[in-house]
Amino acid sequence: MDARVDYSMKDAGTLEPVRGRVRAEGGWENPMHVTVENVVRTFGLTPALHGVSLDIYPGELVALLGPSGSGKTTLLRILAGLDIPTSGRVLFDQDDALKLTVQERHVGLVFQNYALFRHMTVAQNIGFGLRVRPRSRRPSRKEIARRVGALLELVQLSRLEKRYPSQLSGGQRQRVAFARALAIEPRLLLLDEPFGALDAQVRRDLRRWLREIHDKTGHTTVFVTHDQEEALELADRVVVLSHGRIEQIGTPDEIYDAPNSPFVFSFIGESSELPVRVERGNIVLDEVPLPLAAKGYPDGPARLFFRPQDVELDSGAPGAIPGTIAAIRRHGGARRIDVEAGLDGHRIEIELPSQFEGSVGQGIAVLPRRWRLYPDAAPEA
Amino acid sequence: MAGARGLALKRPSAIPGFGLALGFTLTYLSLIVLIPLAALAIKAASLGASGFWEIVTAPRTLAALRVSFVISFIAAAINVVFGVIVAWVLVRYRFPGRRLLDAVVDLPFALPTAVAGIALTAIYARNGWIGGLLDPFGIKIAYTPWGIGVALVFIGLPFVVRTVQPVLEDFEREIEEAAASLGASRRQTVFMVMLPALLPAILTGFVLAFARAVGEYGSVIFIAGNIPFVSEIAPLLIVIKLEEFSYAQATAIAAAMLGIAFIVVLLVNLIQAWQRKRSGHE
Amino acid sequence: MSEVSLAADVVIEDRARSVTTERRRVRFSLILVAVAFLVLFLLLPLFAVFSEALRAGFEGYWQAISTPDAVAAIKLTLLVAAIAVPANLIFGLAASWAIAKFEFPGKSFLNTLIDLPFSVSPVISGLVYVLLFGLQGYFGPYLQSQGIQIIFAVPGIVLATIFVTFPFVARELIPLMQEQGTQDEEAALSLGASGFKTFLLVTLPNVKWALLYGVILCNARAMGEFGAVSVVSGHIRGKTNTMPLHVEILYNEYNFAAAFAVASLLALLALVTLVVKIGLEWRYADQIAGSARH
Repeated sequence: MDARVDYSMKDAGTLEPVRGRVRAEGGWENPMHVTVENVVRTFGLTPALHGVSLDIYPGELVALLGPSGSGKTTLLRILAGLDIPTSGRVLFDQDDALKLTVQERHVGLVFQNYALFRHMTVAQNIGFGLRVRPRSRRPSRKEIARRVGALLELVQLSRLEKRYPSQLSGGQRQRVAFARALAIEPRLLLLDEPFGALDAQVRRDLRRWLREIHDKTGHTTVFVTHDQEEALELADRVVVLSHGRIEQIGTPDEIYDAPNSPFVFSFIGESSELPVRVERGNIVLDEVPLPLAAKGYPDGPARLFFRPQDVELDSGAPGAIPGTIAAIRRHGGARRIDVEAGLDGHRIEIELPSQFEGSVGQGIAVLPRRWRLYPDAAPEA
Repeated sequence: MAGARGLALKRPSAIPGFGLALGFTLTYLSLIVLIPLAALAIKAASLGASGFWEIVTAPRTLAALRVSFVISFIAAAINVVFGVIVAWVLVRYRFPGRRLLDAVVDLPFALPTAVAGIALTAIYARNGWIGGLLDPFGIKIAYTPWGIGVALVFIGLPFVVRTVQPVLEDFEREIEEAAASLGASRRQTVFMVMLPALLPAILTGFVLAFARAVGEYGSVIFIAGNIPFVSEIAPLLIVIKLEEFSYAQATAIAAAMLGIAFIVVLLVNLIQAWQRKRSGHE
Repeated sequence: MSEVSLAADVVIEDRARSVTTERRRVRFSLILVAVAFLVLFLLLPLFAVFSEALRAGFEGYWQAISTPDAVAAIKLTLLVAAIAVPANLIFGLAASWAIAKFEFPGKSFLNTLIDLPFSVSPVISGLVYVLLFGLQGYFGPYLQSQGIQIIFAVPGIVLATIFVTFPFVARELIPLMQEQGTQDEEAALSLGASGFKTFLLVTLPNVKWALLYGVILCNARAMGEFGAVSVVSGHIRGKTNTMPLHVEILYNEYNFAAAFAVASLLALLALVTLVVKIGLEWRYADQIAGSARH
């Protein structure tokens, strides 16, 4: 379906077909730039956000990614106006967003559990934001119906306008929730774990669908998720949060390939870790130097991270990581092997092609092809 | 495992005691409830349709039924308004004494009706705490239909509060947040989103309060005045007929009241079924 | 998300109130209205009972509740409750056992039947027994010939009270036992316990608080029942007057202080019932299957 459905309405009421992204012509159709400046949020004595700063560019699809308790939902709610930071600034374009109430912020919200109005039909749900406008700004009833129809087409639910939410599947309900949020022509779209309540297959379908919708409509969109696969698949940029702090901001590739901390490395994708020492540019595992160059790293203890898939078997050259096979199992189309590595028997997990044959107790030597080194700064907090 | 009296279990069960339990239950119910009600039905039937109709449509009977049902309706309506407010305040706000107030709501359930009756009369009589305040304005409450209304509001309030409270407690905050984010003012959110969602519970509460009010006796007869055609309630008329040994007439009125009560119970069940269908089981 | 909302409730900034509540003025007015309404309609009568009861001073109070007729009324009330409550307790256990642990046709009809007294006026509850056992009732002449008196005597009062109060225990037990299912009992049986032992050692402990809850409600209603008992009792002083009826008699004789004195005893019972009820709800909410539907 290629129709660039037009639902954006200048308040004068004339319709202009829109191709591609929403044209930036002033007014609400302008995708918004969001600035978060040093936002702190403490609940009583517990800090949920420790001075978070970030820029969200117009038309971007940004993921706030982190485990529960990382502060990502708190940050989203602050953007929405459902919560007020203890200190800090939030700017929508150049305006101080904190001065605006939820109603005034013109932000579209989509919740994990849909939050649809159960006593209203799909059409009434979607049209709600338009019906509650003050008389001066309220479109005519015909106009509202037209917009609702256009939105229903956009989210591919055209036949269902008279249904009640209880008669819809989870995926359909979430699409109605989207349409409802889009109806008010929001400056910013905020999604709180939007696919969390859905089955795996529906989740995958809707992910793809969300990306399509975003490309069509071009809203600045922020979504919260704890699912790193989802974040990497969907977002233009990912913001990784942990314990109320931003660990890293970057494109999915940057986050995956160049994580800048042990937390990000282990949170995104799979990881194996070894405690090592850096000695004069060499990485040393249990007193045995590894053939991995570590120029520019300070001497001292460090952690070596690599992904299980990024190792290769090294049976010849001296200096690879020696170990004993502790367990072998199948993993998809490959083999996962638990290895007790180094002289002290550190447990790591590696992945080798399924042709690999070995047995428990057998000696093995592996070398990571790609890896990252994180020196221990102070004692870990 | 077969049940008693030829009632077969839908599913075999390893748990014993079905026959005993069900048998005892049915026997108890028969003796206490079914046979007496059958007597009522038989007696009512023995009047014949025209006899029944005659009694029920006698002027005094009609007046009593009118008094009972109309004032019960108004009282239940008042209870809806204030019951929703009370439920809202108890669920949504925190203030000193809230838990105490929550407990007080159950008072009409626990207090014997006669005690409530004489207490209300004492308060609203001409020399009572409130009756005394209103008397100079010529407003009389005790011994008038107003008194009946007051008593029926008293006994009906807990029904509305207790049916609305749990629904309000379970109300998702996110729905309110969604409405606000769509631009709805607080007033719009409450009246366009929340109250309609509460409507089934409110209706159930109304119907329960109404049904209870219609049959109420003890709280009402002291404060009512009991003047035929003016402030005589239907249950009182039944008692009067019984004391006159006009069993047939008493039965006819009782049957009419039961018929209406049955319709009310049916309504409640229908409302609840509709409520479940509309909002769906999540 | 929910943990965050809860924490947010605790700290509501002055700068911006939570989105999901009203302006302070509105909140204040609503609370005022609610409190005023409750005080006016519910608490005031309660105060009035005690205030009127003590109008003749403590001596008058004591006199009123110690006259022979009053004492007889108290005794009769206690007797009736002592019969009705246990009987309804056993009924409640039997009915909930049958309904909760088994599937059989007509179950929902049975459930509706058990709810019946709540839709029936107390006067009608008394009427049906008069129709059966009264002088002109179906069994009237037979009973007279046998010298058995039911109406206008204690047995009638007991029967009418049982009719009005039998749902209370059952209604508390049935939803709870349905929720608990049959797993515990099946486990016990598989371990070799007999049916009776299972009931005693497994089922009963699971429902003990709901049982207590139902019993105190049943008792409160049994002792306080007026309409049904009024119809069947004949109001014979000293013989067939329960406390509520005695209150009525005193009141109709314009002996107000005495009427309120006896009424205050019932009010005290109501308060005790409320306290126990609330206490059980607060501490054992999940074991009572909560929602108070009356």
